[in-house]
Amino acid sequence: MSEVRAAGSGLHLLYFAWLRERLGTTEERVDLPASVRTVADLFAWQAGRGPTYRAAFAGPSRVRCAVNQDFAGGDAPVRPGDEIAFFPPVTGG
Amino acid sequence: MATVRVQAGPFDVGAETAALTAGRTDIGGIGCFLGTVRAGSGERRVAAMHLEHYPGMTERAMQRIAAEAERRWELLGCTLIHRTGPLAPGEPIVLVLAAAAHRQPALAATEFLIDWLKTRAPFWKKEIFDDGTEAWVEAHDADDTAAARWRERD
Repeated sequence: MSEVRAAGSGLHLLYFAWLRERLGTTEERVDLPASVRTVADLFAWQAGRGPTYRAAFAGPSRVRCAVNQDFAGGDAPVRPGDEIAFFPPVTGG
Repeated sequence: MATVRVQAGPFDVGAETAALTAGRTDIGGIGCFLGTVRAGSGERRVAAMHLEHYPGMTERAMQRIAAEAERRWELLGCTLIHRTGPLAPGEPIVLVLAAAAHRQPALAATEFLIDWLKTRAPFWKKEIFDDGTEAWVEAHDADDTAAARWRERD
């Protein structure tokens, strides 16, 4: 399957379900922080953006992640132009 | 190639079954799972369910799940349809059809498909109760346990 990758040098961040509601945003574009090389780094960076982000992303977070529309663990690399989604465990079906 | 759709509107099980079998004489059985919205049995009754998904990733995930079922059971056809948006109790929400030469692979693949759909496709349910409150549905350990049954041995 073809790789999904957003144009540009920053990151395209997407939020779903209660995370979207709590953060008050569906999506945002940010410059790739210098400290971020992996998904785990990105969680740490998100946790430093204020109390709402800290509550969602710090510690043993319930939040899941997808990089370029594939589920991704903490070790997954983050690169310029990536589409990165954050969401709770899925509950369809 | 599987039929995979995410849609707001209803689906017709008869029409989907007819589409799956059109012009074919090699199919011996079709497994079917039709999921519907439950009103619940707690103090608060569910007045409506709202389904959110991740356009793009959801369809990719469903295609992969279908491809995995086709690989494991030599399916002759497969249909996955999941609805989104607001749904009322009693309304159909998800359809799984798995066609095979014999009943055993058709039924096993159907179970596999709904188990994986529930745990590996990005959908999120929010319940809106009759007292006006609302809550996102929590993921259930039982669903993970059901999905783990299908783990392949190395």
